[in-house]
Amino acid sequence: MNQTRRGFMGKAFGAVAGVGAVGALYAMKRSWDPLPSVKAAGFTTIDVSSCAENKLVVEKWRGKPIFVLRKTAEMVAAQDEAQNARDIIVEGAHFMIAIGLCTHLGCIPAYREDKTDFKCACHGGEFDSSGINTVLPPEKPLLIPPFKVTGSTVVLGEEGEVYKKMKESGLIA
Amino acid sequence: MAHFEKANSLNEWFDQRLGVNTLQRVLAKEYWIPKDINFLWAMGMVLAITFGILLISGIFLLMYYQPNVDLAFDSVNYTIMQEVGFGWLWRHVHAVAASVVFLIIYIHMFTGIYYGSYKKGRELIWISGMLLFVAFSAEAFSGYMLPWGQMSYWAGMVITNLFSAGSLELNGVVEWIRGDYVPAQAFLTRFFMLHVLLIPVAIMALIGFHFGALRLPHVNNQNGTDIDFEEEAAKYKSGNKAASKVIAFANDFMSKDMFVVAVYLVFFFYLVFWNYAFAMDPVNFDPADGLVTPAHIYPEWYFLWSYEILRPFSKDIGLIAFAFAQVIFVMLPFLDRSPNTVPANRRGLFKFWFWAMLVDMIVLTAMGKLPPAGIFSTIGLVAALVFIGLWLVLPIITKLEKKL
Repeated sequence: MNQTRRGFMGKAFGAVAGVGAVGALYAMKRSWDPLPSVKAAGFTTIDVSSCAENKLVVEKWRGKPIFVLRKTAEMVAAQDEAQNARDIIVEGAHFMIAIGLCTHLGCIPAYREDKTDFKCACHGGEFDSSGINTVLPPEKPLLIPPFKVTGSTVVLGEEGEVYKKMKESGLIA
Repeated sequence: MAHFEKANSLNEWFDQRLGVNTLQRVLAKEYWIPKDINFLWAMGMVLAITFGILLISGIFLLMYYQPNVDLAFDSVNYTIMQEVGFGWLWRHVHAVAASVVFLIIYIHMFTGIYYGSYKKGRELIWISGMLLFVAFSAEAFSGYMLPWGQMSYWAGMVITNLFSAGSLELNGVVEWIRGDYVPAQAFLTRFFMLHVLLIPVAIMALIGFHFGALRLPHVNNQNGTDIDFEEEAAKYKSGNKAASKVIAFANDFMSKDMFVVAVYLVFFFYLVFWNYAFAMDPVNFDPADGLVTPAHIYPEWYFLWSYEILRPFSKDIGLIAFAFAQVIFVMLPFLDRSPNTVPANRRGLFKFWFWAMLVDMIVLTAMGKLPPAGIFSTIGLVAALVFIGLWLVLPIITKLEKKL
Protein backbone atom coordinates (compact mmCIF):
# COMPACT_ATOMS: atom_id res chain seq x y z
CA MET A 1 0.00 0.00 0.00
CA ASN A 2 1.46 3.38 -0.87
CA GLN A 3 1.88 6.21 1.59
CA THR A 4 -0.52 8.72 0.02
CA ARG A 5 -3.31 6.17 0.09
CA ARG A 6 -2.61 5.34 3.73
CA GLY A 7 -2.40 9.04 4.53
CA PHE A 8 -5.73 9.64 2.84
CA MET A 9 -7.33 6.82 4.83
CA GLY A 10 -6.01 8.35 8.04
CA LYS A 11 -7.30 11.81 7.19
CA ALA A 12 -10.70 10.47 6.11
CA PHE A 13 -10.99 8.51 9.33
CA GLY A 14 -9.94 11.55 11.34
CA ALA A 15 -12.42 13.81 9.54
CA VAL A 16 -15.36 11.46 10.07
CA ALA A 17 -14.43 10.92 13.72
CA GLY A 18 -14.01 14.69 14.16
CA VAL A 19 -17.45 15.45 12.75
CA GLY A 20 -18.89 12.75 15.00
CA ALA A 21 -17.12 14.20 18.05
CA VAL A 22 -18.39 17.72 17.34
CA GLY A 23 -21.92 16.37 16.84
CA ALA A 24 -21.74 14.41 20.08
CA LEU A 25 -20.49 17.47 21.99
CA TYR A 26 -23.34 19.55 20.59
CA ALA A 27 -25.86 16.89 21.63
CA MET A 28 -24.32 16.80 25.12
CA LYS A 29 -24.48 20.59 25.40
CA ARG A 30 -28.14 20.59 24.32
CA SER A 31 -28.98 17.86 26.83
CA TRP A 32 -27.79 20.15 29.63
CA ASP A 33 -29.95 23.06 28.38
CA PRO A 34 -33.01 24.03 30.42
CA LEU A 35 -36.06 22.09 29.15
CA PRO A 36 -38.71 23.86 27.04
CA SER A 37 -41.22 23.30 29.84
CA VAL A 38 -38.85 25.10 32.21
CA LYS A 39 -38.16 27.91 29.78
CA ALA A 40 -41.79 28.44 28.74
CA ALA A 41 -42.36 31.86 30.16
CA GLY A 42 -43.85 31.66 33.61
CA PHE A 43 -46.24 34.58 34.09
CA THR A 44 -47.06 35.70 37.60
CA THR A 45 -49.92 38.13 38.20
CA ILE A 46 -49.84 40.15 41.40
CA ASP A 47 -52.72 42.25 42.67
CA VAL A 48 -50.88 45.06 44.44
CA SER A 49 -53.97 46.95 45.69
CA SER A 50 -54.00 44.88 48.89
CA CYS A 51 -50.34 45.62 49.77
CA ALA A 52 -49.84 47.54 53.04
CA GLU A 53 -47.41 50.48 53.17
CA ASN A 54 -43.80 49.70 54.18
CA LYS A 55 -44.58 45.97 54.44
CA LEU A 56 -42.52 43.78 52.14
CA VAL A 57 -44.50 41.24 50.12
CA VAL A 58 -42.52 38.39 48.57
CA GLU A 59 -43.97 36.74 45.47
CA LYS A 60 -42.45 34.01 43.30
CA TRP A 61 -41.68 34.26 39.60
CA ARG A 62 -39.71 31.62 37.67
CA GLY A 63 -38.51 30.17 40.94
CA LYS A 64 -37.13 33.51 42.08
CA PRO A 65 -38.42 35.65 44.93
CA ILE A 66 -39.95 38.98 43.86
CA PHE A 67 -39.98 41.89 46.30
CA VAL A 68 -43.07 44.11 46.23
CA LEU A 69 -42.90 47.14 48.51
CA ARG A 70 -45.57 49.85 48.71
CA LYS A 71 -43.84 53.04 49.79
CA THR A 72 -45.20 55.55 52.28
CA ALA A 73 -45.68 59.20 51.30
CA GLU A 74 -42.70 60.18 53.49
CA MET A 75 -40.45 57.65 51.76
CA VAL A 76 -41.46 58.97 48.34
CA ALA A 77 -40.97 62.59 49.43
CA ALA A 78 -37.41 61.83 50.62
CA GLN A 79 -36.36 60.17 47.33
CA ASP A 80 -33.85 61.51 44.82
CA GLU A 81 -34.03 61.29 41.02
CA ALA A 82 -32.37 57.89 40.72
CA GLN A 83 -34.73 56.41 43.28
CA ASN A 84 -37.83 57.95 41.68
CA ALA A 85 -36.86 56.55 38.29
CA ARG A 86 -37.11 52.99 39.63
CA ASP A 87 -40.59 53.43 41.16
CA ILE A 88 -43.45 51.58 39.52
CA ILE A 89 -46.68 53.55 39.87
CA VAL A 90 -49.89 51.59 40.13
CA GLU A 91 -53.09 53.60 40.60
CA GLY A 92 -51.14 56.53 42.04
CA ALA A 93 -49.16 54.50 44.63
CA HIS A 94 -45.38 54.12 44.41
CA PHE A 95 -44.02 50.57 44.40
CA MET A 96 -40.62 48.99 44.36
CA ILE A 97 -40.78 45.71 42.45
CA ALA A 98 -37.52 43.81 42.02
CA ILE A 99 -36.01 40.33 41.96
CA GLY A 100 -35.17 39.65 45.61
CA LEU A 101 -31.74 38.20 45.02
CA CYS A 102 -28.60 40.02 46.09
CA THR A 103 -26.65 41.02 42.98
CA HIS A 104 -23.48 39.78 44.65
CA LEU A 105 -24.04 36.03 44.92
CA GLY A 106 -27.79 35.54 44.94
CA CYS A 107 -28.82 35.41 48.60
CA ILE A 108 -32.16 36.94 49.63
CA PRO A 109 -31.69 40.24 51.49
CA ALA A 110 -34.00 40.93 54.44
CA TYR A 111 -36.16 44.09 54.64
CA ARG A 112 -35.70 46.28 57.72
CA GLU A 113 -38.89 48.29 58.21
CA ASP A 114 -37.34 50.69 60.75
CA LYS A 115 -34.48 51.63 58.42
CA THR A 116 -36.50 51.14 55.20
CA ASP A 117 -33.64 49.27 53.59
CA PHE A 118 -32.47 45.75 52.72
CA LYS A 119 -29.59 43.91 54.36
CA CYS A 120 -28.02 40.76 52.91
CA ALA A 121 -26.86 38.40 55.68
CA CYS A 122 -24.47 36.44 53.48
CA HIS A 123 -21.78 39.01 52.80
CA GLY A 124 -23.15 42.17 54.40
CA GLY A 125 -24.43 44.02 51.30
CA GLU A 126 -27.18 46.66 51.66
CA PHE A 127 -29.81 48.19 49.34
CA ASP A 128 -32.13 51.17 49.87
CA SER A 129 -35.94 50.98 49.58
CA SER A 130 -35.65 51.45 45.81
CA GLY A 131 -33.33 48.45 45.55
CA ILE A 132 -30.24 50.57 44.88
CA ASN A 133 -27.03 49.12 46.34
CA THR A 134 -25.55 51.23 49.15
CA VAL A 135 -22.99 48.95 50.86
CA LEU A 136 -20.50 46.60 49.16
CA PRO A 137 -20.02 43.84 48.00
CA PRO A 138 -23.02 44.14 45.58
CA GLU A 139 -22.10 46.55 42.80
CA LYS A 140 -25.49 46.77 41.12
CA PRO A 141 -29.07 47.54 42.16
CA LEU A 142 -31.60 44.72 42.50
CA LEU A 143 -32.83 43.63 39.07
CA ILE A 144 -36.29 44.70 37.91
CA PRO A 145 -38.14 41.81 36.24
CA PRO A 146 -40.13 42.33 33.00
CA PHE A 147 -43.54 43.66 34.07
CA LYS A 148 -46.76 45.11 32.71
CA VAL A 149 -49.18 47.20 34.75
CA THR A 150 -52.86 46.54 34.09
CA GLY A 151 -55.29 48.30 36.42
CA SER A 152 -54.35 47.28 39.96
CA THR A 153 -52.42 44.23 38.86
CA VAL A 154 -48.84 43.73 37.72
CA VAL A 155 -48.03 40.87 35.34
CA LEU A 156 -44.44 39.60 35.63
CA GLY A 157 -42.78 38.05 32.57
CA GLU A 158 -44.44 40.43 30.10
CA GLU A 159 -42.73 43.60 28.87
CA GLY A 160 -45.13 46.55 29.26
CA GLU A 161 -44.68 50.17 28.13
CA VAL A 162 -43.19 51.40 31.41
CA TYR A 163 -40.76 48.48 31.54
CA LYS A 164 -39.56 49.18 27.99
CA LYS A 165 -38.93 52.83 28.86
CA MET A 166 -36.98 51.81 31.96
CA LYS A 167 -34.96 49.36 29.86
CA GLU A 168 -34.15 52.07 27.28
CA SER A 169 -32.87 54.39 30.00
CA GLY A 170 -30.67 51.57 31.35
CA LEU A 171 -32.44 51.16 34.69
CA ILE A 172 -33.16 47.48 34.51
CA ALA A 173 -29.82 45.90 35.15
CA MET B 1 -1.97 -19.04 20.08
CA ALA B 2 0.83 -19.15 22.60
CA HIS B 3 2.00 -22.50 23.88
CA PHE B 4 0.65 -23.48 27.31
CA GLU B 5 2.06 -26.21 29.56
CA LYS B 6 -0.18 -28.07 31.99
CA ALA B 7 -0.25 -26.01 35.20
CA ASN B 8 0.82 -27.69 38.44
CA SER B 9 -0.95 -25.26 40.77
CA LEU B 10 -3.73 -22.70 40.77
CA ASN B 11 -1.14 -19.92 41.05
CA GLU B 12 0.72 -21.26 38.01
CA TRP B 13 -2.56 -21.53 36.07
CA PHE B 14 -3.31 -17.86 36.71
CA ASP B 15 0.30 -16.86 36.11
CA GLN B 16 0.29 -18.46 32.64
CA ARG B 17 -2.87 -16.56 31.71
CA LEU B 18 -2.53 -13.23 33.57
CA GLY B 19 1.12 -12.95 34.55
CA VAL B 20 0.11 -12.54 38.19
CA ASN B 21 3.64 -13.22 39.45
CA THR B 22 5.08 -10.48 37.23
CA LEU B 23 2.39 -8.10 38.42
CA GLN B 24 3.07 -8.95 42.04
CA ARG B 25 6.80 -8.43 41.53
CA VAL B 26 6.43 -5.07 39.78
CA LEU B 27 3.72 -3.67 42.03
CA ALA B 28 4.68 -5.10 45.42
CA LYS B 29 7.63 -7.38 46.05
CA GLU B 30 10.13 -5.36 44.03
CA TYR B 31 8.56 -1.93 44.39
CA TRP B 32 11.16 -0.28 46.59
CA ILE B 33 10.35 2.15 49.41
CA PRO B 34 13.09 4.04 51.29
CA LYS B 35 13.56 3.11 54.96
CA ASP B 36 14.12 6.73 55.96
CA ILE B 37 10.47 7.79 56.18
CA ASN B 38 7.95 8.40 58.96
CA PHE B 39 4.23 7.92 59.62
CA LEU B 40 3.36 10.86 57.33
CA TRP B 41 4.26 8.60 54.39
CA ALA B 42 1.25 6.43 55.24
CA MET B 43 -1.28 9.16 54.37
CA GLY B 44 -1.64 7.87 50.81
CA MET B 45 -2.82 4.51 52.10
CA VAL B 46 -5.07 6.24 54.65
CA LEU B 47 -6.64 8.19 51.76
CA ALA B 48 -7.07 5.07 49.62
CA ILE B 49 -8.81 3.29 52.52
CA THR B 50 -11.02 6.33 53.19
CA PHE B 51 -12.00 6.45 49.52
CA GLY B 52 -12.92 2.76 49.78
CA ILE B 53 -15.06 3.51 52.85
CA LEU B 54 -16.81 6.34 50.97
CA LEU B 55 -17.48 4.03 48.02
CA ILE B 56 -18.95 1.22 50.13
CA SER B 57 -21.10 3.47 52.35
CA GLY B 58 -22.18 5.36 49.22
CA ILE B 59 -23.40 2.16 47.55
CA PHE B 60 -25.73 1.46 50.47
CA LEU B 61 -27.03 5.06 50.56
CA LEU B 62 -27.66 4.85 46.81
CA MET B 63 -30.14 1.99 47.30
CA TYR B 64 -32.64 4.21 49.13
CA TYR B 65 -31.80 7.77 48.08
CA GLN B 66 -34.33 9.42 45.72
CA PRO B 67 -32.97 12.16 43.44
CA ASN B 68 -36.25 14.08 43.31
CA VAL B 69 -36.81 17.55 44.79
CA ASP B 70 -39.99 16.37 46.55
CA LEU B 71 -38.57 13.10 47.87
CA ALA B 72 -34.83 13.63 48.40
CA PHE B 73 -34.99 15.24 51.83
CA ASP B 74 -37.27 12.56 53.31
CA SER B 75 -35.45 9.71 51.61
CA VAL B 76 -32.33 10.77 53.53
CA ASN B 77 -33.75 12.05 56.79
CA TYR B 78 -36.62 9.62 57.15
CA THR B 79 -36.09 6.50 55.02
CA ILE B 80 -32.33 6.09 55.43
CA MET B 81 -32.12 7.45 58.96
CA GLN B 82 -35.25 5.86 60.47
CA GLU B 83 -36.36 2.91 58.38
CA VAL B 84 -33.37 1.26 56.74
CA GLY B 85 -31.59 -1.14 59.10
CA PHE B 86 -28.23 0.48 59.92
CA GLY B 87 -29.03 3.22 57.37
CA TRP B 88 -27.81 5.77 59.94
CA LEU B 89 -24.46 3.97 60.00
CA TRP B 90 -23.88 4.39 56.26
CA ARG B 91 -24.94 8.02 56.40
CA HIS B 92 -22.73 8.90 59.35
CA VAL B 93 -19.80 6.94 57.91
CA HIS B 94 -20.25 8.72 54.57
CA ALA B 95 -20.55 12.19 56.10
CA VAL B 96 -17.63 11.76 58.51
CA ALA B 97 -15.41 10.20 55.82
CA ALA B 98 -16.25 13.04 53.39
CA SER B 99 -15.07 15.55 55.99
CA VAL B 100 -12.05 13.64 57.34
CA VAL B 101 -10.79 12.81 53.85
CA PHE B 102 -10.04 16.52 53.41
CA LEU B 103 -8.12 16.67 56.70
CA ILE B 104 -5.92 13.81 55.44
CA ILE B 105 -5.60 15.40 51.99
CA TYR B 106 -4.33 18.61 53.61
CA ILE B 107 -1.84 16.66 55.78
CA HIS B 108 -0.72 14.71 52.70
CA MET B 109 -0.29 17.98 50.74
CA PHE B 110 1.63 19.82 53.42
CA THR B 111 3.85 16.77 53.98
CA GLY B 112 4.71 16.94 50.28
CA ILE B 113 5.41 20.67 50.51
CA TYR B 114 7.56 20.31 53.63
CA TYR B 115 9.78 17.55 52.25
CA GLY B 116 9.94 18.97 48.70
CA SER B 117 8.28 15.86 47.26
CA TYR B 118 7.09 17.76 44.16
CA LYS B 119 10.56 18.46 42.78
CA LYS B 120 13.00 17.00 40.25
CA GLY B 121 11.03 14.28 38.50
CA ARG B 122 8.13 14.27 40.94
CA GLU B 123 6.20 17.14 39.31
CA LEU B 124 3.52 14.86 37.87
CA ILE B 125 2.89 13.29 41.27
CA TRP B 126 2.12 16.76 42.62
CA ILE B 127 0.01 17.79 39.61
CA SER B 128 -2.03 14.56 39.59
CA GLY B 129 -2.48 15.00 43.35
CA MET B 130 -3.83 18.51 42.89
CA LEU B 131 -6.18 17.25 40.16
CA LEU B 132 -7.39 14.70 42.71
CA PHE B 133 -7.96 17.55 45.17
CA VAL B 134 -10.11 19.34 42.57
CA ALA B 135 -12.03 16.13 41.81
CA PHE B 136 -12.60 15.45 45.53
CA SER B 137 -13.80 19.05 45.98
CA ALA B 138 -16.31 18.62 43.14
CA GLU B 139 -17.36 15.27 44.60
CA ALA B 140 -17.87 16.81 48.05
CA PHE B 141 -19.86 19.73 46.65
CA SER B 142 -22.11 17.59 44.44
CA GLY B 143 -22.73 15.20 47.34
CA TYR B 144 -23.64 18.13 49.58
CA MET B 145 -26.51 18.97 47.19
CA LEU B 146 -28.19 15.58 47.51
CA PRO B 147 -30.02 15.78 50.89
CA TRP B 148 -31.75 18.89 49.43
CA GLY B 149 -31.76 20.83 52.68
CA GLN B 150 -31.39 24.58 53.07
CA MET B 151 -27.58 24.52 52.95
CA SER B 152 -27.65 22.19 49.93
CA TYR B 153 -29.92 24.56 48.06
CA TRP B 154 -28.19 27.81 48.97
CA ALA B 155 -24.67 26.50 48.56
CA GLY B 156 -25.83 25.28 45.13
CA MET B 157 -27.22 28.74 44.36
CA VAL B 158 -24.10 30.62 45.48
CA ILE B 159 -21.53 28.30 43.91
CA THR B 160 -23.28 28.06 40.53
CA ASN B 161 -23.61 31.87 40.55
CA LEU B 162 -19.80 32.05 40.58
CA PHE B 163 -19.92 30.87 36.96
CA SER B 164 -21.57 34.13 35.89
CA ALA B 165 -17.97 35.45 36.25
CA GLY B 166 -18.89 38.64 38.11
CA SER B 167 -19.46 41.67 35.91
CA LEU B 168 -19.40 39.55 32.77
CA GLU B 169 -22.97 38.59 33.77
CA LEU B 170 -22.88 35.20 32.06
CA ASN B 171 -26.32 34.28 33.39
CA GLY B 172 -26.88 31.98 30.43
CA VAL B 173 -23.94 29.85 31.59
CA VAL B 174 -25.37 29.65 35.11
CA GLU B 175 -28.81 28.66 33.80
CA TRP B 176 -27.16 26.09 31.53
CA ILE B 177 -25.29 24.52 34.43
CA ARG B 178 -28.47 24.41 36.52
CA GLY B 179 -30.85 23.47 33.72
CA ASP B 180 -33.24 26.00 35.23
CA TYR B 181 -33.36 29.60 36.46
CA VAL B 182 -32.77 28.37 40.00
CA PRO B 183 -31.54 25.05 41.45
CA ALA B 184 -34.48 22.70 40.85
CA GLN B 185 -35.19 19.18 39.57
CA ALA B 186 -32.81 19.31 36.59
CA PHE B 187 -30.06 20.60 38.88
CA LEU B 188 -30.56 17.90 41.51
CA THR B 189 -30.62 15.05 39.00
CA ARG B 190 -27.50 16.17 37.15
CA PHE B 191 -25.53 16.70 40.35
CA PHE B 192 -26.72 13.26 41.47
CA MET B 193 -25.29 11.82 38.23
CA LEU B 194 -22.00 13.69 38.75
CA HIS B 195 -21.75 12.52 42.35
CA VAL B 196 -22.43 8.83 41.83
CA LEU B 197 -20.91 8.24 38.40
CA LEU B 198 -18.86 10.77 36.48
CA ILE B 199 -16.72 12.24 39.27
CA PRO B 200 -16.04 8.90 41.05
CA VAL B 201 -14.92 7.43 37.71
CA ALA B 202 -12.65 10.46 37.19
CA ILE B 203 -11.28 10.04 40.73
CA MET B 204 -10.46 6.38 40.15
CA ALA B 205 -8.70 7.23 36.88
CA LEU B 206 -6.75 10.00 38.62
CA ILE B 207 -5.73 7.66 41.45
CA GLY B 208 -4.29 5.36 38.77
CA PHE B 209 -2.44 8.34 37.26
CA HIS B 210 -1.19 9.42 40.71
CA PHE B 211 0.21 5.94 41.48
CA GLY B 212 1.68 5.66 37.99
CA ALA B 213 3.45 9.02 38.34
CA LEU B 214 5.06 7.72 41.54
CA ARG B 215 6.50 4.51 40.09
CA LEU B 216 9.57 5.84 38.26
CA PRO B 217 10.73 8.73 40.50
CA HIS B 218 9.96 6.63 43.60
CA VAL B 219 8.82 7.84 47.01
CA ASN B 220 10.81 10.73 48.51
CA ASN B 221 12.45 10.30 51.95
CA GLN B 222 12.89 12.31 55.13
CA ASN B 223 16.25 13.78 54.12
CA GLY B 224 15.71 14.10 50.39
CA THR B 225 18.60 11.64 49.87
CA ASP B 226 19.18 10.72 46.24
CA ILE B 227 18.93 6.92 46.48
CA ASP B 228 20.29 4.57 43.80
CA PHE B 229 17.30 2.26 43.89
CA GLU B 230 18.87 -0.46 41.73
CA GLU B 231 21.97 -0.70 43.91
CA GLU B 232 19.99 -0.69 47.15
CA ALA B 233 17.50 -3.21 45.75
CA ALA B 234 20.40 -5.53 44.84
CA LYS B 235 21.64 -5.38 48.45
CA TYR B 236 18.15 -6.19 49.71
CA LYS B 237 17.70 -9.10 47.31
CA SER B 238 21.12 -10.54 48.16
CA GLY B 239 19.92 -10.83 51.76
CA ASN B 240 21.79 -7.83 53.13
CA LYS B 241 18.56 -6.16 54.24
CA ALA B 242 20.19 -4.30 57.14
CA ALA B 243 22.60 -2.39 54.90
CA SER B 244 20.05 -1.66 52.19
CA LYS B 245 18.40 1.77 52.27
CA VAL B 246 15.16 0.32 50.86
CA ILE B 247 12.48 -2.20 51.72
CA ALA B 248 9.83 -3.86 49.57
CA PHE B 249 6.41 -2.20 49.34
CA ALA B 250 4.75 -5.48 50.30
CA ASN B 251 4.80 -6.94 52.79
CA ASP B 252 7.50 -4.83 54.52
CA PHE B 253 6.20 -1.30 54.07
CA MET B 254 2.52 -2.34 53.88
CA SER B 255 2.69 -3.71 57.41
CA LYS B 256 3.77 -0.28 58.70
CA ASP B 257 1.24 1.44 56.46
CA MET B 258 -1.56 -0.70 57.80
CA PHE B 259 -0.50 0.02 61.36
CA VAL B 260 -1.00 3.75 60.73
CA VAL B 261 -4.29 2.95 58.97
CA ALA B 262 -5.41 0.99 62.04
CA VAL B 263 -4.67 3.92 64.37
CA TYR B 264 -6.49 6.22 61.95
CA LEU B 265 -9.53 3.92 61.82
CA VAL B 266 -9.82 3.96 65.61
CA PHE B 267 -10.00 7.77 65.41
CA PHE B 268 -12.36 7.56 62.42
CA PHE B 269 -14.87 5.21 64.03
CA TYR B 270 -14.68 7.19 67.26
CA LEU B 271 -15.95 10.14 65.22
CA VAL B 272 -18.58 8.05 63.43
CA PHE B 273 -20.10 6.66 66.61
CA TRP B 274 -19.63 9.44 69.14
CA ASN B 275 -18.86 12.69 67.38
CA TYR B 276 -20.47 12.68 63.93
CA ALA B 277 -22.36 15.97 64.43
CA PHE B 278 -19.49 18.13 63.13
CA ALA B 279 -20.07 16.63 59.68
CA MET B 280 -23.83 17.35 59.68
CA ASP B 281 -24.76 21.02 59.43
CA PRO B 282 -27.90 21.73 61.52
CA VAL B 283 -29.21 24.18 58.89
CA ASN B 284 -29.30 21.33 56.37
CA PHE B 285 -31.96 19.60 58.48
CA ASP B 286 -34.44 22.19 57.15
CA PRO B 287 -35.83 21.25 53.71
CA ALA B 288 -34.70 23.42 50.78
CA ASP B 289 -36.72 26.62 50.42
CA GLY B 290 -35.98 28.95 47.52
CA LEU B 291 -37.66 31.89 49.26
CA VAL B 292 -35.76 31.85 52.58
CA THR B 293 -31.98 32.38 52.74
CA PRO B 294 -30.34 31.00 55.90
CA ALA B 295 -28.89 33.73 58.14
CA HIS B 296 -25.31 32.66 57.40
CA ILE B 297 -24.21 30.69 54.38
CA TYR B 298 -20.82 29.12 54.90
CA PRO B 299 -19.21 26.12 53.28
CA GLU B 300 -17.93 23.01 55.05
CA TRP B 301 -14.69 23.60 56.99
CA TYR B 302 -12.42 22.33 54.21
CA PHE B 303 -13.54 25.05 51.79
CA LEU B 304 -13.41 27.91 54.31
CA TRP B 305 -9.89 29.10 53.45
CA SER B 306 -10.72 29.68 49.78
CA TYR B 307 -14.14 31.13 50.69
CA GLU B 308 -12.37 33.65 52.93
CA ILE B 309 -10.16 34.68 50.01
CA LEU B 310 -13.32 35.40 47.99
CA ARG B 311 -15.17 37.27 50.69
CA PRO B 312 -13.31 40.43 51.74
CA PHE B 313 -12.98 41.91 48.24
CA SER B 314 -15.46 43.51 45.83
CA LYS B 315 -17.18 41.04 43.50
CA ASP B 316 -14.76 40.94 40.55
CA ILE B 317 -11.53 41.19 42.53
CA GLY B 318 -12.88 38.57 44.95
CA LEU B 319 -13.56 36.19 42.07
CA ILE B 320 -10.08 36.74 40.63
CA ALA B 321 -8.47 36.15 44.04
CA PHE B 322 -10.62 33.02 44.48
CA ALA B 323 -9.65 31.68 41.03
CA PHE B 324 -5.98 32.39 41.87
CA ALA B 325 -6.28 30.44 45.14
CA GLN B 326 -7.87 27.48 43.33
CA VAL B 327 -5.13 27.01 40.73
CA ILE B 328 -1.96 28.32 42.32
CA PHE B 329 -1.07 25.17 44.29
CA VAL B 330 -0.87 23.23 41.00
CA MET B 331 1.96 25.54 39.94
CA LEU B 332 4.09 24.85 43.03
CA PRO B 333 6.75 22.67 41.28
CA PHE B 334 7.41 25.53 38.83
CA LEU B 335 7.19 28.44 41.27
CA ASP B 336 9.73 26.86 43.62
CA ARG B 337 12.98 27.78 41.83
CA SER B 338 15.34 26.11 44.30
CA PRO B 339 17.21 22.94 43.19
CA ASN B 340 17.24 21.56 46.77
CA THR B 341 15.05 18.56 47.58
CA VAL B 342 15.38 18.66 51.36
CA PRO B 343 13.02 19.27 54.28
CA ALA B 344 11.88 22.90 54.63
CA ASN B 345 13.82 23.42 57.89
CA ARG B 346 17.10 23.21 55.93
CA ARG B 347 16.01 25.56 53.18
CA GLY B 348 16.70 29.17 54.19
CA LEU B 349 13.70 31.49 53.77
CA PHE B 350 11.50 28.66 52.52
CA LYS B 351 11.40 27.39 56.11
CA PHE B 352 9.52 30.54 57.11
CA TRP B 353 7.44 30.45 53.93
CA PHE B 354 6.18 26.96 54.76
CA TRP B 355 5.07 27.81 58.29
CA ALA B 356 3.66 31.18 57.23
CA MET B 357 1.54 29.44 54.55
CA LEU B 358 0.32 26.79 56.99
CA VAL B 359 -0.61 29.33 59.68
CA ASP B 360 -2.18 31.68 57.12
CA MET B 361 -4.44 28.92 55.82
CA ILE B 362 -5.52 28.07 59.37
CA VAL B 363 -6.30 31.77 60.03
CA LEU B 364 -8.26 31.98 56.75
CA THR B 365 -10.21 28.86 57.75
CA ALA B 366 -11.07 30.31 61.16
CA MET B 367 -12.10 33.71 59.75
CA GLY B 368 -14.19 32.05 57.01
CA LYS B 369 -16.40 30.54 59.70
CA LEU B 370 -16.97 33.82 61.56
CA PRO B 371 -19.51 36.46 60.47
CA PRO B 372 -17.92 39.06 58.14
CA ALA B 373 -17.87 41.96 60.57
CA GLY B 374 -15.49 44.19 62.54
CA ILE B 375 -12.05 42.89 63.44
CA PHE B 376 -12.67 39.48 61.83
CA SER B 377 -13.23 41.17 58.45
CA THR B 378 -9.90 42.95 58.80
CA ILE B 379 -8.01 39.83 59.89
CA GLY B 380 -9.61 37.94 56.97
CA LEU B 381 -8.56 40.62 54.50
CA VAL B 382 -4.99 40.67 55.81
CA ALA B 383 -4.78 36.86 55.72
CA ALA B 384 -6.09 36.83 52.13
CA LEU B 385 -3.50 39.42 51.09
CA VAL B 386 -0.77 37.45 52.89
CA PHE B 387 -1.83 34.30 50.98
CA ILE B 388 -1.47 36.06 47.63
CA GLY B 389 1.74 37.79 48.73
CA LEU B 390 3.36 34.51 49.82
CA TRP B 391 2.80 33.01 46.37
CA LEU B 392 4.20 36.11 44.68
CA VAL B 393 7.43 36.03 46.72
CA LEU B 394 7.92 32.25 46.44
CA PRO B 395 9.88 32.31 43.14
CA ILE B 396 12.11 35.10 44.48
CA ILE B 397 13.01 33.58 47.85
CA THR B 398 13.58 30.13 46.35
CA LYS B 399 15.76 31.61 43.60
CA LEU B 400 17.93 33.23 46.31
CA GLU B 401 18.28 29.94 48.17
CA LYS B 402 21.84 28.54 48.27
CA LYS B 403 22.38 25.22 46.54
CA LEU B 404 23.11 22.57 49.17
